[in-house]
Amino acid sequence: MSSRDTILPLDVRRLVFEIDGTRLLHDIDLTLAAGKRTVILGPNGAGKSLLLRLSHGLLEPTSGEIVWRGAGTRARPNRQQAMVFQRPVMLRRSVLANLTHTMKVRGVPRNERHERALAALALAGLSRLAECPARAMSGGEQQRLALARAWTSEPQVLFLDEPTASLDPAASRSVETLIGGFHVAGTKIVMATHDLGQARRLADEVVFLHKGRLLEHTPADEFFDNPRTDEGRAFMAGELLW
Amino acid sequence: MNTLSDAFMQAGALLAGFDADLLQIVGLSLRVSLTAVAAACLVGFPIGAAVALFKFPGRGAVSLLLNTFMGLPPVVVGLLVYLMLSRSGPLGVLGLLFTPTAMIIAQALLVTPIVAALTRQIVADLWREYSEHMRSIDAGPGARLTTLIYDARFSLMTAALAGFGRAIAEVGAVMIVGGNIDHATRVMTTAIALETSKGNLAAALALGFVLLTIALAVNLVVQVSNSVATRKAALV
Amino acid sequence: MVKPIIAGLSLSLILAVGGVLPSQAQALTLASTTSTENSGLFGDILSHFTKDTGIAVRVVAVGTGAALNLGRQGDADVLLVHSRTDEDKFVADGYGPYRRDVMYNDFTIVGPKSDPAGIKGTHDAAAALAAIAKSGSTFVSRGDDSGTHKAERRLWAMTGINPSGGSGSWYKEAGAGMGATLNTTSGLNAYTLTDRGTWLSFQNRGNLEVVLEGSPPLFNPYGIIPVNPAKHPHVQFEAAEKLVNWLTGPLGQAAIAGFKVNGQQLFFPNARPQ
Repeated sequence: MSSRDTILPLDVRRLVFEIDGTRLLHDIDLTLAAGKRTVILGPNGAGKSLLLRLSHGLLEPTSGEIVWRGAGTRARPNRQQAMVFQRPVMLRRSVLANLTHTMKVRGVPRNERHERALAALALAGLSRLAECPARAMSGGEQQRLALARAWTSEPQVLFLDEPTASLDPAASRSVETLIGGFHVAGTKIVMATHDLGQARRLADEVVFLHKGRLLEHTPADEFFDNPRTDEGRAFMAGELLW
Repeated sequence: MNTLSDAFMQAGALLAGFDADLLQIVGLSLRVSLTAVAAACLVGFPIGAAVALFKFPGRGAVSLLLNTFMGLPPVVVGLLVYLMLSRSGPLGVLGLLFTPTAMIIAQALLVTPIVAALTRQIVADLWREYSEHMRSIDAGPGARLTTLIYDARFSLMTAALAGFGRAIAEVGAVMIVGGNIDHATRVMTTAIALETSKGNLAAALALGFVLLTIALAVNLVVQVSNSVATRKAALV
Repeated sequence: MVKPIIAGLSLSLILAVGGVLPSQAQALTLASTTSTENSGLFGDILSHFTKDTGIAVRVVAVGTGAALNLGRQGDADVLLVHSRTDEDKFVADGYGPYRRDVMYNDFTIVGPKSDPAGIKGTHDAAAALAAIAKSGSTFVSRGDDSGTHKAERRLWAMTGINPSGGSGSWYKEAGAGMGATLNTTSGLNAYTLTDRGTWLSFQNRGNLEVVLEGSPPLFNPYGIIPVNPAKHPHVQFEAAEKLVNWLTGPLGQAAIAGFKVNGQQLFFPNARPQ
């Protein structure tokens, strides 16, 4: 993407997260470098969503640090990151207005907004829906709009929290294609999923969580063919339910 | 019930005949109440949204006050505004007592808490849905305020209507600060009070029916435009 | 989309305020009593005044006590009320430079046709009130410090009876204007003291009729007082004096005499030549 000071690698240091005294993440240490598509895997309740939200700055750690390069510890999401949630939030406006809204908030200059919006819509295959109310679209179209919104910010890092969990296979594939587009353009992908097939298609490296602990951080092929831990093996065999 | 049937017929005759005095009274009622509601929204929407969105010391107290003032007695508001605007009062130099402006001020004060309290609830509910997205794109306080208010526009219209209902129906405030002066500050409710006090019950009821019809018309306009716009935005 | 809305709302606010201020300049504010207003007198004769002088008059109708208060606070330019002692005090206190006679009408006692207190056809108002109190018949009082209310209290003083002892039982203090009080009286089938003007135009009589009239204490004179510009420099003293002179002059006095309801003259001009 554009030439800016890079915020990667992301250093997660001794990250602990608790709610009401219950510890949900235990001492996570993790470094995420540019270039590789990172997929976070784990059964339900492993803490994948929490890790993403903490990294993005939507939650405050109980202890530990989230350190971006050149920025120190950040309390809030910065403009070089974007996040896509399982169910996207669509503003009560047109598709185009959703895009221009994000760009306005992000400080994109007014004269650039329209062009960037049209480019993003074309990329996401939503050009003919530009004036439609965003909330009237199908789940797949809404998720593509969420990705288009992220695209207009030209983020260095894109967090995705189970983006296709609510979509049918066809919609899922079109979303995966878009994610691929980000990757080709140089955006770091950090995605949580419980869809193993999707993980195989997209992952360059795997971060494996179980019950709030980081158990494995390995290249994708290694994890899928030969997990190092018992839990990892059980997970790949479909036997680790939570 | 002779009075009731007399009243119906009188109301019909009044409406159909476009009686000049009646038109003036209806016009003034609408002008006063609509302006008051507009002012109340201008102030109430941002205040209600701000209380919903921002944490600040005393936030709970403000919320409590807003809810309490929804039930302000109109006659009390009228009395307070009267004391402020009286020539012997602090704002007496403005010479606003017994004018439509004084009535607008009184009704605006009456309606603003309603609009603000309802806005607070509406925006708080919407924020639950929008919060993660807005925080993810690092939206500042100003952006949060304008985005939420705009996206809640249909529900906020209902809040405005609630305020209008209160304004058009009250008599205590406008009677005291307006003085019910013929051809100057006489509105529907004070005219009804006057006819009642003269013992002209059928005439008073007739005016009452006219008032209801006006209120119905306003609500109808809002409802229709709301449903048209909602269908366009395909909101569920 | 938001900006045009805000612009529109602000514009309507400005128009609402601005639309009023210019018209402040000319109109004269006359504080008078609800009974005078309800009779319809002002609607009739003030239009003649405006035609003759070009001065518009805005009538604020409240109780006599409240009208005098408006004068004291400077919220009215001229007063037309009917309570001699209070009017004299108003002038003595310096709030009005002088007081002039304008007109008079009279009070009557109205009550149910069945007349439980047995006062129909008698001619002593005070004695009639005493009879009402002794028989425990329901009497509705204005209770609002108006000219009518003060007249009623003067009558009770003449009987030596204090009706407040029966407040809530046979003596009902309505705290309301004449019309509302008559409504209550009609609804309770009771007695009350009313000015003839309001009674003549009152339409909700039920079982009520005039039971006593013509007793001297029921004489009800009205006075007009301009508000003193020395106390309140902003009042429109010149215009107020024009109204005073017109009402007490031949044109006004003739207009007052010419005002009739159901063929009956309500007010009798009695201004003295200056």
